[in-house]
Amino acid sequence: MNEPEKNESRRSFLVKLSTSLAALSAVVASVPVLSSFFAPLLEKTPQVWRNVGELSKFKVGDTTLVQFQNADPEAWAGVTAHTAAWLRRDSEKSFTAFSANCTHLGCPVRWEKDAELFMCPCHGGVYYKDGSVAAGPPPKSLVRYKVRINKNQVEIQTSPVPITSISA
Amino acid sequence: MKFLKKIWHWVDDRSGLTEIFLPLIKHPVPPGSKWSYVFGSATLFCFILQVITGVALALLYQPSSSGAYQSLEFITNKAAFGNVLRGIHYFGASGMIIMVGVHMIRVYITAAYKYPREMGWISGVILLFLTIAMGFTGQLLRWDSNGVWSSVVAAEQLGRVPVIGRPLARLLLGGDTIGGHSLSRFFAYHVFIIPAFIFLVVGYHLMLVIRNGISEPPKAGRLVDPKTYRQWYKDMLKKVGVPFWPYAAWRDIIFGTATIAVIILLAVFAGPPKLTQAPDPSMVYSQPKPDWYMLSIFSLFALMPARIESYMIVIGPLLTIFLLLALPFASNKGERSPLRRPWAVFGSVCVVVFVLSLFLAGERSAWSPSFNAKPLTAAQINSADTTVISGAALFYKKGCLYCHKINGQGGLKGPDLSHVALRLSAGQMTTRIINGGDQMPAYGGIMSNGDMHKILAFLDSRR
Repeated sequence: MNEPEKNESRRSFLVKLSTSLAALSAVVASVPVLSSFFAPLLEKTPQVWRNVGELSKFKVGDTTLVQFQNADPEAWAGVTAHTAAWLRRDSEKSFTAFSANCTHLGCPVRWEKDAELFMCPCHGGVYYKDGSVAAGPPPKSLVRYKVRINKNQVEIQTSPVPITSISA
Repeated sequence: MKFLKKIWHWVDDRSGLTEIFLPLIKHPVPPGSKWSYVFGSATLFCFILQVITGVALALLYQPSSSGAYQSLEFITNKAAFGNVLRGIHYFGASGMIIMVGVHMIRVYITAAYKYPREMGWISGVILLFLTIAMGFTGQLLRWDSNGVWSSVVAAEQLGRVPVIGRPLARLLLGGDTIGGHSLSRFFAYHVFIIPAFIFLVVGYHLMLVIRNGISEPPKAGRLVDPKTYRQWYKDMLKKVGVPFWPYAAWRDIIFGTATIAVIILLAVFAGPPKLTQAPDPSMVYSQPKPDWYMLSIFSLFALMPARIESYMIVIGPLLTIFLLLALPFASNKGERSPLRRPWAVFGSVCVVVFVLSLFLAGERSAWSPSFNAKPLTAAQINSADTTVISGAALFYKKGCLYCHKINGQGGLKGPDLSHVALRLSAGQMTTRIINGGDQMPAYGGIMSNGDMHKILAFLDSRR
C-alpha cells in the first residue's frame, strides 16, 4: 500500500466517523423533541368518576344536560376542561348517559324534549331517545358513558372524545 | 455626496448586494408574459402580509387554552386597530387561498407544469396543502366555540384513518379530550411548524423560477420537446427576452398592491368574523360552521352518501394529493396551449363549478335543522279548526318545522309542505310519518295516535 492510498482510507474513515457522530448527536437531540410532539400518545390518562348532581335532582324520564370536568384538567385549560353529557333517568335506579358528540363528525347534539330526538346542527344527524340513528349521515348510535349512583349522588365516568373509526 | 457614494461602494462590495441580487431581479423573461402571470406573486404578497400581521397579532395574543378567547375579545374590542388587524389577517388568508387557487388553475390551463418545470408544480402542490393547513389551524386559533368544535371535527376525520386513526385524533387534540394542550399545539403548528415549511418551499419554488425560467406564453402548435426545449428556451431569451425588473415586475407590483388594498378595505368595512361563544366544550347549543374556504368540504361531508363517507374521508384527500403530484409525470411534453387542450379547460371549469356549488350549498346548509324556526303564526296556519291549530303547534314542537317549510317559515332539509295535501293523501302522509326515511326519523314510535291525528289534520289542510 503506498502513501496516498493509505491517506485516502484514513480520510474516508474519519469522514465516516465524524458524520456518524453528527448523526448520533442529532438522534439523541431528537428524542426529547419528538417526545414533545408525541406526548399525547406516550401518556395515558386514567379515567375518573365525576359527580354530576344529587339523585333527587333528576326526574324519572327526563333527559338533562350535565356538565363535568375532564379526567385530568391542566391549570391552564380553563373552560376547555369541561365536557357535557346527556343524562336520562330511566327509572328509580337506572340512568343512561349519552356523549354529546355526534358520531358523524363530533359536533354537539342537542336533546329536543318534545320531539324526543337528539339533533345535530352540523350535517343534520338525528338520533332516537335510545341513541340509535334516526336520520342523516351518522354511521352509528350515540356513544354511552358509564354512569352510577354512589350514595345518593349520580356519577359519570370521564371518557375520551368518542372517535368514530372507519369500520363503524 | 461623494462621501455617501464611497460608503455605498464599500457596503455593496463587502456585502455583495448588487452581485447577488441584480442578476435575480434583472433575469430575462419571455416577452408577452402579461397579466395572467401575476397570481403567483400576488400569493407571495399575501403571504408576506400574513407573516407581518401574524407577528403583530402574536404581540396581543395569549396562546393558551384558557386565555386565548379573552385575548381575542381584547384584540377585537379594546386593542388599538385590533379589529382591523384581525380583519387584515383574515382577509389576507382568504386572499392567499384565492390566489393560490387561481395561480394553480392558470399553471394547469397553460400546462406550465410540463418539462422542465415539474418540480415547480410539485413544490406548488405542497404549498397548496400547507396553505390550507394554515387556513384551518388559523381558524382554530380564534378559539371560540367554533374553533373548539372545528378541532373536534378534524379529530373525527383523522379518526377514520384505518389502524392509526385514534392515535392520530389523540395527537391532534393533544390528549383524550379538548383541554390545556390543544391550543398550545395548534399555536405551534400555525406559528412555527407550518410557516417554517412554507418559507422553505417558497424559497425553493422561487429558486426554480430563476433556474428554469418562467414558462413562455403558450402558442398552439408549438410543442414542448424535452430533448430540445432547454436550448430553445435559452436561445429565445437571448433573442427576445426582457429583464424581469421593471418590464414584467410592474404588473406584479400593481396587481399585488391592488390585492392588498382590497384586503385592507374589506378588513376596515366588513371586519373579521364575529367571535362566537367561549371555547367551552360543554356548551352544546352551538352551531359550528367553518370559515368560507372550508365550507365546500363541510358541504361535501353533508351531501356524500353516508355509506361511502367514512372511506371517502380517508381516500378522497389521498387521491387528490396523488393525482396532483402525478400530473407532471403523466404528461410532461407536447402541446401547452389551452386552445389545443380543451379537456384541461373543461376539467378546470368542472372543478371550479363543483367547488363553487358546494360553497353555495354550504352557505344554505339546507341539511341542518333550522333550530331558530319560530312557531307558526295564525296567519301562516290560516284555519279556524281547533284540531288543525293544535296540529300546527305540534308540527313545531315535534321538530317537523326544523326541516320542513310551511308558508315561508321553517327549515330546508325536507320538502316544503305548504301545499302537501295537493300531492299526498292522508294515508300516504301517515305512512311517511310513521316510517320516516333516510333523512327523516320514523315518528311511529315517538308520537301518540292523538298527536298523529292532529298533525295529519293540519297537513291535510295545507292546500
